[in-house]
Amino acid sequence: MTIRFDDPNRPNSYIGRTVPRPNAGRLVAGRGRYVDDITLPRMVHVAFVRSPHAHARIGAIETGGAEALKGVLRVFTGRDLAEVCTPWEGKLLHLEGMKTPPQHPLALDRACWVGEPVVAVVGRTRADAEAGAALVEIDFGPLPAVTDIRTALDADTPVLHEALGDNLCFRKANEKGEVDRIFAEAHKVVEASFKTARHTGVTLEPRVILVDWNSGDGEMTAHVSNQAPHMLQVLLAGHLDIPESRVRVVCGDVGGSFGLKVHVYPDEVATAAIAKIMERPVKFTSDRMEAFISDIHARDHEATGRVALDETGKILGFDVDDWTGIGPYSIYPRTSAVEGLQVTNLIGGPYAFDHYRCRTSVVFQNKGICAQYRAVGHPVAVAITEGLVDKAAAEMGFDPIEIRRRNLVADDAYPLTTAAGLKLEGLSHHKSLDALVEAMDYAALRAEQKALREKGIHRGIGIASFIELTNPSPFMYGIGGARISAQDGCTVRMDPDGSVVALTGITEQGQGTEAIMAQIVAEAVGVSPQMVRIVTGDTRVTPFGGGTWASRGAGIGGEAALQAGRAVRGQALEVAASLLQAKAGDLDIRDGIIVDADTGEERLALSEVGRIVYFRGDTLPKGLPRELMQTRHFITSNYPYAFTNGVQASYVEVDTETGFVTLLKHWCVEDCGRIINPLLVDEQIRGGIVQGIGAALFEETCYDEEGQLLNGTMADYLVPMSGEMPDMIIRHVETPTEESELGAKGAGEAGTAGAPAAVMNAINDAIRPLGGAVTHMPFTPERILRALGTITD
Amino acid sequence: MTQSFRDRIDLEMTVNGEEVELTVPAGRHLIDVLRLDLGLTGSHVGCEHGVCGACTLIVDGSAVRGCLTLAAQLQGCEVWTIEGLTEGGVIGDLQKAFVERNALQCGYCTPGMLASAKALIEADGVPSRETIREHMSGNYCRCTGYEAIVDAIETVARQRAGETEPQARSGATS
Repeated sequence: MTIRFDDPNRPNSYIGRTVPRPNAGRLVAGRGRYVDDITLPRMVHVAFVRSPHAHARIGAIETGGAEALKGVLRVFTGRDLAEVCTPWEGKLLHLEGMKTPPQHPLALDRACWVGEPVVAVVGRTRADAEAGAALVEIDFGPLPAVTDIRTALDADTPVLHEALGDNLCFRKANEKGEVDRIFAEAHKVVEASFKTARHTGVTLEPRVILVDWNSGDGEMTAHVSNQAPHMLQVLLAGHLDIPESRVRVVCGDVGGSFGLKVHVYPDEVATAAIAKIMERPVKFTSDRMEAFISDIHARDHEATGRVALDETGKILGFDVDDWTGIGPYSIYPRTSAVEGLQVTNLIGGPYAFDHYRCRTSVVFQNKGICAQYRAVGHPVAVAITEGLVDKAAAEMGFDPIEIRRRNLVADDAYPLTTAAGLKLEGLSHHKSLDALVEAMDYAALRAEQKALREKGIHRGIGIASFIELTNPSPFMYGIGGARISAQDGCTVRMDPDGSVVALTGITEQGQGTEAIMAQIVAEAVGVSPQMVRIVTGDTRVTPFGGGTWASRGAGIGGEAALQAGRAVRGQALEVAASLLQAKAGDLDIRDGIIVDADTGEERLALSEVGRIVYFRGDTLPKGLPRELMQTRHFITSNYPYAFTNGVQASYVEVDTETGFVTLLKHWCVEDCGRIINPLLVDEQIRGGIVQGIGAALFEETCYDEEGQLLNGTMADYLVPMSGEMPDMIIRHVETPTEESELGAKGAGEAGTAGAPAAVMNAINDAIRPLGGAVTHMPFTPERILRALGTITD
Repeated sequence: MTQSFRDRIDLEMTVNGEEVELTVPAGRHLIDVLRLDLGLTGSHVGCEHGVCGACTLIVDGSAVRGCLTLAAQLQGCEVWTIEGLTEGGVIGDLQKAFVERNALQCGYCTPGMLASAKALIEADGVPSRETIREHMSGNYCRCTGYEAIVDAIETVARQRAGETEPQARSGATS
């Protein structure tokens, strides 16, 4: 039996409806349980002494002062922890030629960025530990720092890791067609340089981990603010020499993640190692300064790109050279090469063309480690692509909508493989663009812009089409040898009263995982969502899975939940059929009642099935299957990724006197396949858009030439606040994936993927008549005034 | 004079309507008194320098930052945290609107958001969306993009002012 998704009046039609999130009531009441809220008996706290130098040799370490301080219990150096914890290398085998040196929980001989943990101090309280850390004396011998991206490979630039020979972590060129000939012969070639500033996730809850080691059981329990509990379970087990089955990772409430909390951090592994040594619970809570210097950064890209077009405005090809600096180590276990790699895949993604070249050069530098952060590579690729397309449109006299209509891949052209080699199952660029034009009343907006321009008010409209990678298969990490699961699982159990518990490998960080899983399981079993309790984030009980990242929760975890729920339904119907002397196929479960499928006549309460199975199994025929607990796993196999698509528009006003940008309104039309909960999808997109706006206008982790971070507080690092943010109109097109019965793709990254480009194009639309253009993010008032020629020094 | 007499202070105050007496280190901040000494973990620590608003609380009727307020300032004060505001039912409408509008995702900012919103509505009746956005600009949320929060506050302000049919948008697929 398949679900008739197109019939909103079907029984148990919870998939596709806005239902409230079951865990939201607890959170608004202040009853969340984030890791720092947990206090365990005998718990101690660890604080880290971090390198104040971007690059320095570590000499003598004097710990006597700290150890003498009342309240300090132990002090650990890198050598102490190296005895119980093996180092790691963030490499993937399929990324040919990739290099990165071994990394330890605490630096051994050299510190390679400002903020790298060097010494750990354990105290009775966090204050004790921090006071002790302040008394540790380390004899640092400063070394020259590598900070610039473009000169990182020059002969006269110091080599950061001598054993690697040079500062190149990874390089990949993706090429198809005859790029050189096409660009030489093209009617029009447009070129520009782009920068996306290094910035960071700024989760409101900083990273925090609490690890206990119970030597009696030989079991480690880690409560951690993380998105991938099973990944962490496997890696902690491996590096600390514990069987995987005896490492329990619990991810309860997580105060924001966005990819920042899907990585292995040296200070977190150090905390686990110390817990194992001290045989007691150890907590590490990062403060905000530590967050800025030790959380992953992202997006530190500089690129030059060009697009070739014929006289009708048809795009012939893209040619992009991308450079990115990733800090001194590739992140473990996902690697820091993936953002650059995605750029080489995603340039020109929405468009039909034949000639393609994109190279990325991933270089080491003495700054914080860059890694996967919401919409990995997408904001960079979309900014380059859409910046070039808009520039071409302006120079050739095309309206931005018109040039896109001429070039977007036709909605009936799928499946297809793009020039960059992406296999696309089914997208809806033209439908989405039409919906956008209608939603924003594009013609009226252009008329308003023109009228205001005559009054000296400079407004701009920016469009950005994009594709988004979701539902990754093992092609992303597994084939490279990383122990990161692309499959996911769900166990659904019916309790005697007919209520249901579902345990999923997908995790919740606020996306609404618990809500959508409850909806899916409710529809699959045939009970109301209120009767479904979702359990996430505990490796002791949930099926082995990947967690929530790369917009995989709904598409992969959701399908596993659907299949597990339907398996329980099937078992309940088998039992009911036996009790009613009917055929299971003639029965259905609706709102917790076994009914006649044709007439809807109520036959038996599900609670009666539960009572018989669990308490009076003797009355059922011997051998009748009665497992009201079923587990299903799901993995995608037809496509390496389920791509989604969408288009955004931004409407801005630029104050040409001050360089300030006012965001007037923002639109997004997005196609994430089957929508499970419309409200949650809309709010994912709104949140993602604002995160992208932050990248476009505000966010930059600024380093000086010596590799010192200049803005390590929230007073100095700007994030979007409510006052400057616009209202956003969200619309949808639904093209379900045929890879699964559920048909869901991901929606978590669309907003962040497209917003920076839309804002950039809007600003340039506003200032182009004044002769200016900006392509280096963030677009601060100063950069806009420089583009306008107001500031020239 | 003993060491403990110099660096610890005795404190009497009312927290969530309950009288509390305790002795704390003189450098203790309100947020740590609540979280560490009283076990009230509903208020969260975000930046510890007064910018993010996660620890916003109600002290003597005003919204204050728990991370910028020293315990020593609290002698005789009346403190309300998310736990007490919830039990007292005084922000039940705001909490309901936040849930219905999905004005929270990870929930870490929410207790502080609710405290700031409570203060705004009580001071300003039915504030405009612009006023709401401006007032709430001291509370950082990385998840929602703020629009749902503005919608929820606007809805409650209108409801409390007796507008039977709130004009605030429903938000979803607007």
